[in-house]
Amino acid sequence: MAEVDEPGKPLFAGLSDVSISEDIPVEGDISVPVGSQNVDDVFSTLDEPVKDTILRDLRAVGKKFIHVMYPKQSSALLRDWDLWGPLLLCVTLALMLQGGSADSKEDGGPQFAEVFVIIWFGSVIITLNSKLLGGTISFFQSLCVLGYCILPLTVAMVVCRLVLLGFTGTISFIIRLIVVTASFSWSVFASTAFLADSQPANRKALVVYPIFLFYFVIGWMVLTFSPSQ
Amino acid sequence: QRRERKMSASEGNKNTEPWGGFDDNLIQGTGSAVIDMENMDDTSGSSFEDMGEMHQRMKEEEEVTAEAAATEEDNGNDGEFLGMKGLKGQLGRQVADEVWQAGKRQASKAFNLYANIDILRPYFDVEPVQVRNRLIESMIPIRMINFPQKIAGELYGPLMLVFTLVAILLHGMKTSGTVIREGTLMGTAIGTCFGYWLGVSSFIYFLAYLCNAQITMLQMLSLLGYGLFSHCLILFITYNVHFHSLFYILWLVIGGLSTLRMVAVLISRTVGQTPRLILCGTIAALHMLFLLYLHFAYHKIIEGILDTLEGPNAPPIQRVARDLPSIVNVVNATVKSLAAAAMNSQ
Repeated sequence: MAEVDEPGKPLFAGLSDVSISEDIPVEGDISVPVGSQNVDDVFSTLDEPVKDTILRDLRAVGKKFIHVMYPKQSSALLRDWDLWGPLLLCVTLALMLQGGSADSKEDGGPQFAEVFVIIWFGSVIITLNSKLLGGTISFFQSLCVLGYCILPLTVAMVVCRLVLLGFTGTISFIIRLIVVTASFSWSVFASTAFLADSQPANRKALVVYPIFLFYFVIGWMVLTFSPSQ
Repeated sequence: QRRERKMSASEGNKNTEPWGGFDDNLIQGTGSAVIDMENMDDTSGSSFEDMGEMHQRMKEEEEVTAEAAATEEDNGNDGEFLGMKGLKGQLGRQVADEVWQAGKRQASKAFNLYANIDILRPYFDVEPVQVRNRLIESMIPIRMINFPQKIAGELYGPLMLVFTLVAILLHGMKTSGTVIREGTLMGTAIGTCFGYWLGVSSFIYFLAYLCNAQITMLQMLSLLGYGLFSHCLILFITYNVHFHSLFYILWLVIGGLSTLRMVAVLISRTVGQTPRLILCGTIAALHMLFLLYLHFAYHKIIEGILDTLEGPNAPPIQRVARDLPSIVNVVNATVKSLAAAAMNSQ
C-alpha cells in the first residue's frame, strides 16, 4: 500500500483517523445487501384495499373447498393452510344445528357452544394423536385439513333441513340416513387422503379410527337433528 | 457443543425399555414438566447458567447498540463516519434481529420444556394388531395368579376406548331425551368418562400403594382403560335394544369377564389375603357399578308409552327411551314381540 503514495499527498494517511473532515464532500449511494427490506416493500399487503384482501382470502378458501370435494393427492391444502374455511364451516354447522328438537320446556338440540367445542376439541385431540403416533404433519396443517373436511357434513345438514321441510316419517329418516352416511364416509375418505400419508404405513388404522369417531359424532348430531314444530 | 450434548443425554434416556418396565416413573414419568435436560448432564450445571449466559449475551448486544447510538451522537456533531452513517440501519437491524432470535430461542425452549408432547410418545408406540389383541385379551381372565402378569403400558387403546364410550354415551343421552340443565350434553359425557378413567385409576393406584401391590400408575390406567371395552360393548347393544333382562345378562357375563380379568391381574401382583381382598373388591365394585350407572342414569321413566309397546306382560316399572328414530322402534318392537311369543309358547 505504501508504494502508491503520491508526492505531497499521502493517500491513505487519513485512514488511521476514521473521521472525515468537512471539506471533502462525500456523496453517493452505498447499496447495502439487506434483502429483506425490499422484499417487504414489494409483498406488503397493508396498503391494498380491503376488498382485495377479502377476495384473495375467499378465493383461497374456495380453492380448498374444491380440493376437499374432489380429494386427490395434492398438497395444496397442506402447504398454505388457513383456518378461515374451518371457522366458516363450523359456525354454519353450529348455527344450523340450533333450535333443535322437542318441547318448549326441553332443550333437546345441541347448543352452539357444544358443536363448536366438539369440532375444535376433537380436531386438537386427533392432531395430537397423529403427532404422537409419529406423524410428520404440523399442528395447524392438521387442524386445517380436519376443518375443511367437515364440508360434506355441512352440505348434508343443508340437505337434511330441506328434506325435513318436505317429507316426514320413515321416508325422511331413510333419505337423511343415506345422505348423512354418504357425506360422513366422504369426509373420512377426504381427510385420510390428506392425513394418512404423513404416517408410517402400518399405523394408518390407528390414525383413521379417531377421525372416523370424530366425523361419526358430527354425523350423528346432523342425523338426529329435528327442528322444533 | 454443550447444547448438543444435553440433547443427546435426554434422548438417550427416552429410548429405554419400550415395554414400559418397572421403573417407568423413575425414568420417564415423574415431573414431566420438570425434566430439565440440563440436570441430566452432571457437568453442565443448572439451567440458571444458561439463563445467565443468555442474559449476558443480550446485555452485550444492548451495550453494542448503546455504544453505536452513543458514537452516533458524538459523531453527528463532528461529521459522520462514512461507514457508520451508511451502515447504521443495517447494524440496528442486525441487533434487533439478534434480540428477536434470542427471545424466540428462549420462548421455544420454555415451550419445549413444558408443552413437550414427546414425553407421551413412548406410550403411543403400538401397532394395530397389538391393540386388537389387547382388546380381546381384556375379556379373557387368566388362570395363572402366582406369577405377576405383564400389563402393557400404553395409552392409545384406553384413550380411544374412553372416546368411544363418550360417543356411545352421547348417542344414549340423545335417544333418551336427557335434559341437562347446567352444562351441556357433551360436557357431561366427557366429564363422566374421563372422570371415571382418571379418578378411579388414581384411587385404585393409591389403594395399591397402601396394599403394597406391584403396579405403576401407567399400568393401572392401561388396565382400567381396557376394561372399558366391555362397557362400550354392552352400552352399544343396550342403548339400541331396550330389553331389560338382556342388559342384566350382558352385565353379568361380559362385565363379569372383564372384571375377572382385572381382578386376576391385580391378585397376581399382590401378596397377602387382606390386601388382595380390598383391592379386588374395590375395583370389581366400581367397575360393575359404573356400568349400572351408565345404563340407568340416561333413561327416563315413562308410564304411558309402555302399554302400547308391551301389552299386558309389562313389568310394573320399566325404563324406556323416547324420541327414538323409527328404525330403532321397529327393531325394538320386533325383539319385544319375539320375547312375548317365546313367553306365550311356554
